[in-house]
Amino acid sequence: MSFYKEFRRYNWEEVRRSIYRKTPAEVERALGKDWPDLEDFKALLSPAADAFLEPMAQQSAALTRRRFGRTMQLYLPLYLSNFCENRCVYCGFSGSNPIRRKVLNEEEILAEVRTIKQEPFRHLLLVTGEAPQKAGTAYLEQVLRLLQPAFSQLSLEVQPLDTDDYTRLAEARLHAVYVYQETYKEAAYPQYHPFGRKANFRYRLETPDRLGAAGIRKVGLGTLIGLEDWRTEAWFTALHLQYLRRRYWQSRYSLSFPRLRPFAGEGFQPRVLTNERDLTQLICAYRLFDADVELSLSTRERPAYRDGVVPLGITALSAGSKTGPGAYSGNHELEQFAVNDARSPREVAEMLRRQGFEPVWKDWEPCLQQATTL
Amino acid sequence: MEKLTVAGTSFESRLFTGTGKFSSNLQMAEAIAASGSQLVTVALKRVELDGRQDDLLAQIGTTGARLLPNTSGVRTAEEAIFAARLAREALQTSWIKLEIHPDARYLLPDAAETLKATEVLAREGFVVLPYIHADPVLCKRLEEAGAAAVMPLGAPIGSNGGLQTRDFLRIIIEQSNVPVVVDAGIGAPSQAAEAMEMGADAVLVNTAIAAAARPLQMALAFKLAVEAGRLAYEGGLAPRHSGASATSPLTAFLSPV
Repeated sequence: MSFYKEFRRYNWEEVRRSIYRKTPAEVERALGKDWPDLEDFKALLSPAADAFLEPMAQQSAALTRRRFGRTMQLYLPLYLSNFCENRCVYCGFSGSNPIRRKVLNEEEILAEVRTIKQEPFRHLLLVTGEAPQKAGTAYLEQVLRLLQPAFSQLSLEVQPLDTDDYTRLAEARLHAVYVYQETYKEAAYPQYHPFGRKANFRYRLETPDRLGAAGIRKVGLGTLIGLEDWRTEAWFTALHLQYLRRRYWQSRYSLSFPRLRPFAGEGFQPRVLTNERDLTQLICAYRLFDADVELSLSTRERPAYRDGVVPLGITALSAGSKTGPGAYSGNHELEQFAVNDARSPREVAEMLRRQGFEPVWKDWEPCLQQATTL
Repeated sequence: MEKLTVAGTSFESRLFTGTGKFSSNLQMAEAIAASGSQLVTVALKRVELDGRQDDLLAQIGTTGARLLPNTSGVRTAEEAIFAARLAREALQTSWIKLEIHPDARYLLPDAAETLKATEVLAREGFVVLPYIHADPVLCKRLEEAGAAAVMPLGAPIGSNGGLQTRDFLRIIIEQSNVPVVVDAGIGAPSQAAEAMEMGADAVLVNTAIAAAARPLQMALAFKLAVEAGRLAYEGGLAPRHSGASATSPLTAFLSPV
C-alpha cells in the first residue's frame, strides 16, 4: 500500500472541472468552517474564491499567528552538485544543457561554509541534481557528518532514494527531506521528464511513503508552478498531505510552491501563467486547509512580494540564496535558476523585524534525535 | 496568597510562561517581566547548547526567572532522557519539562513514554515536570514515579480552547500530592482564573500572551487573573445554589415542632 493506490482513485480532469465549477456560496461555506475538508479546499482554490481573497488572507494570517506566532524560520540552500542524468525540460541542470558540471569535495564545501557562517544560519538545505555516481547516498552521508558541527538542522533536496538510504541518512542526523512531485498530472509527466530515473512517476510519487517509513522528521511536498493547472496540482498535493498525515503521523510536513523562472540554456516558458494574486490565493488556501503545515517561500519571488506575503501564512524563508555549487565562495556560473530576491540574510532579517517578526535561525537541536539506552 | 513550592523551591507567582511565538526576544522578556512569572520554559531546540552567544537565553536571563528547559521535538523516552542530560550540562539546571509528543501535528503527549522517562530522570535527580493528558490515573503514576509536579493539558497546545478537560482536572487536583500545573490550551485570563479557582497550583501560558495584539498588556492581565483565581480559591468560594427552599417537604416528618 502506498499513496499511488489512493492517487489512482482520482481523475485529474474530473478534479479540475469540479474545482472550476465551485460557486461563491461554496467558497463562503468553506470559509465558515473550522475544519475544511478536501471538497472545501476545492472551493478555496477555485476561480470563485478570487473575490474572497481578502477574507481568506485575514483568516490565514490569524491561523498562522495562533499556530506559529510572530516568528519566521530562515534557512539557506547549499548546492553540492549540478551533475544530472535527467533531462527535465524546465531545469537549468538538465543533462542536455551544455554547462560546466561540478560536485563539491570536502575542501570546497568547507570553503562554502566559511562564507555562509558569516551569517547566522543554523539550518542548511543541501541540494544536488540526480547523479548517484557523483552524489549518491555515501556522498550525502559524508557531507552530513562533515556539516554537523556547524549546523543544527540539515535537510536534503536531492534525488529520491530508497527507504534504507533514508534510514542510513537519518542516523547521520538528517532532519528533513523535500521531494517535489513537480506535477501530479500523470499523463503529462513524461513530456517534462523524458529521460533518466526521474521519468519514473510512480517511484517519485511514493517517495514520501519511503520517507515516512524511514522516520524522517519532516517531509516537504510541492509542485512546480507553471507546468499544469495550479489549482488542480494544489488539490492533489493536499490529498497527498492528508494521506501522509494519517499514515506517517509522527512526521511534520512542509509545502513549497516554486514558480518557474528563466534559466540558462534553451528557453522553457511556463505553460500556465500564474500571477502573484494566484500564488497568494494558493498560500492562503493551503493554510486554511491545514493550520499546522509549514509553508516555505524561496528567493524565486521578488522582494516586494515576499515582504507582502510574509504575514499571510508563510512560516519559512530562504534568504541570500545562491543556486549553484561553489556559488557562496565565488563561483557564479553554474546556477540552476536566477534568484529574484538578492537581499542579504541580514537585510531580510531586518525586514522581518520591521514587520514585527522574530527571525528564527535555530529551530532544531541534533541531540533531540539522539536516543540513549535505558 | 500562599507561596507555591515545587521541589523545595518557592514561587511568589503561580503563572508560568513560555518563550515561543513572540515577535522579538526583547518583547518576550518584557512580557515575562510584566507577567511576574518566575518560571519560564524554553525549547531546547531553539537555543544554543554549546555555549555560543544566544540572544533568546540572554533575554530570558534579564527577567531573573528560573529556566525550565523543555524537550519539545523528541518522540521517545530515550530521546528525552538524552536531551535532559545534555540540558543539565549545557544550561546548568536539573529542572526539565518533559514534552514527548510523537504526534507531530497536535503535539499531544505520549503517556507511556512520558512515564518511562519520568522514572529514569527522577531517579537521576532531575526535577521532572511532565506535560501530559488530563488523565487522573496517569498523574498518580507520574507522582509515584517521582515527578515534581504534573502538567495536565486544558486543551490542545496553542488552541486557546480553555479548560476542555475540566472534569478530569478536578479529579487530578483533588487526588494529587504534587503541584498541578494546568498547561496548554489556556487562551484567556478568565480561563486561567477558572483553573486557579478550581484549585490548580499554577498555570502555564504561552500562545495567549505571545499571540495577543498587545502581549505586555495581556501578560499583566494573566498575572492579575491568576492572582484573583488563587485568592478566590484560598478565600473559599461560596457554594453555588440553584435555588434554596424554605420548606422541607422531604424531612419535615423528622422534627415534630
